[in-house]
Amino acid sequence: MYRETQIIKETSPGIVGETGEFTINVGPQHPATHGVLHLVITLSGETIMKVEPHLGYIHRSIEKMCESLTYRQFIYVTSRMDYLSSHINNHACALCVEKGMQIEVPERAKVIRVLMDELTRIASHELWWGAMAMDLGAFTPFFHAFRERESINEIMEETCGARLTMNYNVPGGVMQDLHPDFQRKVKEFLKLYKSKIHEYDELVTGNIIFQNRMKGVGILSAKDAISYGCSGPTARGSAVSSDIRKVYPYGIYDKLEFDEVLETGCDSFARYMVRIREMQQSIRIIEQLIDNIPEGDFQAKTKAVLKLPKGEFYTKVETARGELGVYIVSEGGTTPYRIKFRSPGFSNLSVLDHIARGSKIGDLVAMMGTLDLVIPDIDR
Amino acid sequence: MFLIDYIKDVTGAVKSLATGMKRTLYYFTHHKEIITEQYPDNRATLVMAERFKGEVVMPHDEKNEHRCTGCTACELACPNGTIKVVTKFDITPEGKKKKAIDKLVYHLELCTMCNLCIEACPSDAIKMAQTFEHSVFNRSDLTKILNNPGSKIMEGVE
Repeated sequence: MYRETQIIKETSPGIVGETGEFTINVGPQHPATHGVLHLVITLSGETIMKVEPHLGYIHRSIEKMCESLTYRQFIYVTSRMDYLSSHINNHACALCVEKGMQIEVPERAKVIRVLMDELTRIASHELWWGAMAMDLGAFTPFFHAFRERESINEIMEETCGARLTMNYNVPGGVMQDLHPDFQRKVKEFLKLYKSKIHEYDELVTGNIIFQNRMKGVGILSAKDAISYGCSGPTARGSAVSSDIRKVYPYGIYDKLEFDEVLETGCDSFARYMVRIREMQQSIRIIEQLIDNIPEGDFQAKTKAVLKLPKGEFYTKVETARGELGVYIVSEGGTTPYRIKFRSPGFSNLSVLDHIARGSKIGDLVAMMGTLDLVIPDIDR
Repeated sequence: MFLIDYIKDVTGAVKSLATGMKRTLYYFTHHKEIITEQYPDNRATLVMAERFKGEVVMPHDEKNEHRCTGCTACELACPNGTIKVVTKFDITPEGKKKKAIDKLVYHLELCTMCNLCIEACPSDAIKMAQTFEHSVFNRSDLTKILNNPGSKIMEGVE
């Protein structure tokens, strides 16, 4: 009787090449990978020689789909790109349409959008924190993270009507007014979050096994981060100032007090700390706004059929993963002529080969975890 | 000196692991702080948020009347072709022809709950229901006709 390994040895003797290198596939079904990413890894022993991501397993051609939808309709599709920061994606699209139409958004809508953005950012980082700890073999942090995330999801469900793909932004404002319970619920969440934040450090950050696996692993220098086009926490872990909220403020971010989180470690642990500290900055923003929501309309009066003038429009926002750019080419019709999304995940993934070369295969999952890859965002 | 550093490292490592374990043990002994929802055992008491987007329904009053005029605004607003409005012409008592809906076909399997149809409706004829258990054995069960058989438009809705 043949065993599987025997068959492989006999039928493909070339699996270990002349140089002693061999190739393994991680994914698309490997439980350690996020989403359906297929990595072809060339190994020499346990040392990684090359990482080659194969994309396209979850490609839905969102850019092309958007071309057949009107300016009101295409916003909901972008929730399905980076599903963890769907509200921020929608915000970017709404901003781009508003820029083209020159719609003045009411102050209340701007504040609501920023509040929701920051709640989404916290929820996204919570999930990342839990999932990354689970990648490294710690199972309990996942449940701790989901406890806080659940209360954000409940807030979203109450006001937007959905937990993940909210579709709450429309050109000119937001779809519905805030739920009467919103402020009370958010304050409750802030209280809960502050009473639990020390658990994150106790469980994971201070853990010696975790630190040994993160420190000095996946070195990404500032120069490389810029040349690979990294953005978001991945770039800020290498001390590259790239927060769109600070550099090119949109909405009401220029009136808010918050710090751009920068870490100089350049390794996986620095990227980890950026996200942990970013959550606290988001809390700071929410605290500034929650008692100061201005009265007024939540939606500007817009025409029933939106027609962008002929031209090109580009806006960018800071999602939980980095810079998301929306580029619309309009021919003056009711549907866009061409839409291009500059997604943060794609450029952040491209750096994986660079940082993984020369390190051991066990560290690959840690590096992927700190890049915070969301595959639907990469493939679109 | 080397020995002192080594011992410091080891004690620090053990301490960091003990802090994490302490947290785990805390939750092991404090059952009241666990917030798991016992779905589906709590079905009877489960209340969904009032804005939760479950599926599109058309409310009817006790006289079996709805508010839909058949203007097809929802059909045009829908990004996926989920809604199909089939219209007919009613004869009013004055002998005039009046447009009315025959069927409002709703494909739940295509719906993404984006709420755009409800925003577009000028007469508040449709709304989102809070149901969420949509699994069926037959795909055709997901295609629904929203208006009740024999229903007609409410008086005063144009």
